[in-house]
Amino acid sequence: MTELAIEATGLVKVFGETRAVDGIDLAVARGAVYGVLGPNGAGKTTTIRMLATLLHPDGGSARVLGHDIVREAAAVRGRMSLTGQFASVDEELNGRENLQLLGRLLGLGTRGATSRADELLAAFGLTDAADKLVRDYSGGMRRRLDIAASIVVTPDLLFLDEPTTGLDPRSRNQVWDIVRVLVSEGATVLLTTQYLDEADQLAERLAIIDHGRVIAEGTRGELKASVGAGSLHVRVRETAQRDDARRVLAESLGADVLVESDPAALSASDVDADRAAVALSALAAARIPVAEFALGQPSLDEVFLALTGRPADAPTEQEEDAA
Amino acid sequence: MTTAVVDTPITEDALREALAATQRPSRPSALSASLSFGWRAMLKIKHVPMQLFDVTAFPIMFVLLYTYLFGGALAGSPSEYLQLLLPGILVMNVTWITMYTGQGLKLDMDKGVFDRFRSLPIWRPAVLVGMLLADAARYTISCAVMLAVGIALGFRPDGGVLGVLAAVALLLVFAFCLSWVWTAVAFRVPTPESVMQIAMTVLFPLTFASNVFVDPATMPGWVQGFVKVNPISQLATASRGFMHGDVDAAAVGWTLVWSAALLVVFAPLTMRRYNRA
Repeated sequence: MTELAIEATGLVKVFGETRAVDGIDLAVARGAVYGVLGPNGAGKTTTIRMLATLLHPDGGSARVLGHDIVREAAAVRGRMSLTGQFASVDEELNGRENLQLLGRLLGLGTRGATSRADELLAAFGLTDAADKLVRDYSGGMRRRLDIAASIVVTPDLLFLDEPTTGLDPRSRNQVWDIVRVLVSEGATVLLTTQYLDEADQLAERLAIIDHGRVIAEGTRGELKASVGAGSLHVRVRETAQRDDARRVLAESLGADVLVESDPAALSASDVDADRAAVALSALAAARIPVAEFALGQPSLDEVFLALTGRPADAPTEQEEDAA
Repeated sequence: MTTAVVDTPITEDALREALAATQRPSRPSALSASLSFGWRAMLKIKHVPMQLFDVTAFPIMFVLLYTYLFGGALAGSPSEYLQLLLPGILVMNVTWITMYTGQGLKLDMDKGVFDRFRSLPIWRPAVLVGMLLADAARYTISCAVMLAVGIALGFRPDGGVLGVLAAVALLLVFAFCLSWVWTAVAFRVPTPESVMQIAMTVLFPLTFASNVFVDPATMPGWVQGFVKVNPISQLATASRGFMHGDVDAAAVGWTLVWSAALLVVFAPLTMRRYNRA
């Protein structure tokens, strides 16, 4: 099966004056997690809604699992599942009923739907919550039910729209585990996220989108190389020594060191762990005591800064308005 | 109801097993999919029975108020007025409840679950048809409540059980078709409240400028002209005919024509929006 799971060319969606999606191309291979990374309002949800046949594109075209999303929408629907950004489960029903309903709608029959619901509830750790209304579920449980609802009949392609936004770290890890199992069992997952570490954890390849356009695409390694390493943050113990510290660090790193608004703080971007260690030793050798230091992963902001020369924009809310 | 819900850990093996090769079943029929959505609506009523307030409490109030406030003045006595009023007020009430269909759809549409329904490989109108079927159950409850109250107050239909059933059946057909107007509206307005406002603006004059409450003979000519063509009047006349054993074929015919016209115009309008919302 060399055919692509998703093949989009020049997808466009316009809401009023806003080009929410402004010519997106995607080529997603089968059997892996593909990440779509971008800030709020970048066009991620609109893109997913078009690919999932919920929204007609205003331009361009796309094939999902070999079927055109407009002309063969029914065939696309028959093979993919969608887990939307705002939990796509029914809050006014309980967990079991949610899964039973989908089982019935997908043709499992009343009895088949019930046994499938119980099987999924057990697999997703929701058996004890099966008879409670979803309204009373925690965010993590709701998300798990949501994903369970997407695999009542195992889909060939699963869309996960910001599956961990708003979840606590433990629930987030659970969702990640579920996604890994899904992919190891052969599913293809298209995942959107605002979090770089999520994309890093799960996705082999990713596209970074901004203002409705793909601004970078490639494997994790390629994108990281293009962005560079993380930044080193140092706070000296004596503010009077900051200028000395800055000189020592700049010399050791061979790069610009910036002064922060905190009078004791300095930072340098694109520093890997080895060079950071050498630079910190240089400070110690120069007898400049350090109060604290940190080596951060490049944040989404830094990725954007590296790719576009400007930070990620504040959310525009256009997607929610349009939905 | 905010009981704490127990959260149990997930196990990878169970997850793998649940994923392993389920055959994709064949697509269910249009009827089966619609009935599944009807089942969903019934479950909601089961969980929040208060939803039935509008189809039980209001009709009782209406029947009591109109009978005792206007009965004596309009027809000599409450029980005499009731013979005219009950079939009419049944029509008015069920017609009014149809707007909750539009409101309910709009509320549903704004939730994430609607996206999931739209992404399923099922007969497209099933979500809406199922919803309307469940509403038909609500209309039936409403009719049963009003008839029970009416009979307790002295309503005596000469048409017997069959006549009453025929009247209710015609009413359900009309209500089902009228509901599509509000579903079409629901896809074009920003909030559930605006669905209600539009529905009220249409239904208020339509139900009052009719023969539901009084014989139009004393109304000015131009009002009579409107009352005569008003589908609510046709429906009220038809349902009186059935209930009192004096079937008015023309009124039944016109009601069916109106129903078909509403369905043919508004169901496609709704579905077109549904498909590209």
